[in-house]
Amino acid sequence: MPALPNEVSDDDFKTWVKEKWGYKKLPMAGSTPPGSSRFFRTGDWAAKQPKLNADNCISCLKCYFFCPDSAITMKPGNDGKLRPEFDYFYCKGCGVCSNECPGRKGEKAIYMEDL
Amino acid sequence: MARIAVTGDDAVALAAKAVNPDVVAAYPITPQTIIVERFADFVADGEVDTEFITVESEHSAMSACVGASSAGARVFTSSASAGLMLMYEIIFIAASSRTPIVMAIANRAISGPINIHGEMTDQMLFRDSGWISLFSEDNQEAHDQTIMAFKIGEHPDVLLPVAIGLDGFILSHAIEGIEAVSREEALKFIGGERTAELKLDTKDPISIGLLHLQDYYMEARAQIRDAQERSRQIIVEVFNEWEKLTGRKYKPVESYMMDDAEYAFITMGSSAGNARTTVDELRAKGEKVGLIKIRVYRPFFGDEITKLCTNLKGIITIERAHSFGGPGGIFSTDIKSALFNTGLSPNVAEYTIGLGGRDTLIKDYHNMYYRAKDAFNEGKNLPIYWWGLRE
Repeated sequence: MPALPNEVSDDDFKTWVKEKWGYKKLPMAGSTPPGSSRFFRTGDWAAKQPKLNADNCISCLKCYFFCPDSAITMKPGNDGKLRPEFDYFYCKGCGVCSNECPGRKGEKAIYMEDL
Repeated sequence: MARIAVTGDDAVALAAKAVNPDVVAAYPITPQTIIVERFADFVADGEVDTEFITVESEHSAMSACVGASSAGARVFTSSASAGLMLMYEIIFIAASSRTPIVMAIANRAISGPINIHGEMTDQMLFRDSGWISLFSEDNQEAHDQTIMAFKIGEHPDVLLPVAIGLDGFILSHAIEGIEAVSREEALKFIGGERTAELKLDTKDPISIGLLHLQDYYMEARAQIRDAQERSRQIIVEVFNEWEKLTGRKYKPVESYMMDDAEYAFITMGSSAGNARTTVDELRAKGEKVGLIKIRVYRPFFGDEITKLCTNLKGIITIERAHSFGGPGGIFSTDIKSALFNTGLSPNVAEYTIGLGGRDTLIKDYHNMYYRAKDAFNEGKNLPIYWWGLRE
């Protein structure tokens, strides 16, 4: 019989998601421990992933504000300017960041790449 | 146990009263209304400790039941026909949430045209939902099975909701003598409190019923599949324990006069009563005929049915239900499928009877029998035929 979800530790849950447990091991009724979405690799859903062409980034933060999964953080580069960093563990590849990206002189800084 | 005269609905309401569930959320619909009305009386008169949730629809009724059961409560509800249709979405969620809700269904024809009388299609429709599904031949069975349903559903190897069917009006509104089980006996049988291991508890939080996409949905559904399979054994065990308590014998598939039978009626619910009397009358005339009664519809006990068919020349399926455009009757298709796996090939005559509550009398059963037997003697099967239909 499957375990109860509240007996699954954070580390167990990370293993569960990584190994994609089968039905004999999963707790029943689609149940999970609390706060488990932190460890859930929604990045698996992506068909495309955003990539950065730093030369075209004007550090406008639009991608950061528009990302529906908070999968973008802004980190300063060597020149001190903020650039997006993508968390591919959560990024579902929706492409909103790329769509919103104004880029430089019509050239996008964020483009989507097929997986 | 004293015998009392009650309707089928009263028999079910008395069973629910004996169980004293934590929560009842239900919405009245003919012919189930008496169950909810009586239970509301018990609540108002302080005869049960139940929290009775008056809801605005059946969709809400079943939703409230799933919520309460997920929190560990023992939950009862009741519906029929159009009410079931309205709670359909949540019927499936009750199974996937593994909530052992017990629902009595006064089986009624589905609109349209609108009709309030007996037919089993409403309950047979959700056979693929994961619910355990039982039917009653008489009011005593409706009473007994309502109590047994809690024990079956709440078993840790099962944890599935259970539906108890009783034919609308034919049982739900007809008065028969029953032996009512007391609260003491009922709670001794099923356990005083439900012990739910998996439950919503603010002190020890979990999430239930989360989004499962391509990555986990099949695994979640496979758990329901296995719980249904495990329930076969639990159902038999609970029936056996019930016999020890009450002396009343229950089996998933029951047989009558089958030892030397060459032909058999196979039916479900109150139709089994007419079939039984017909068997007695035909036996008196020297006909070698018996009866197979399907009590548990899901899980389907195909092996138990086919074992009884080993020496039969022909079977006559009689069901108060129909699947338009189907390959035959609804449960008779299941039976034919089970027979295929055994290599047995008795002739089969299939009948749909009594849709929308139309009477099917003993003489009709005689006529259905002779019509089938004539065909069997010529080595023929009879495709599904609507008995009593005017052309």
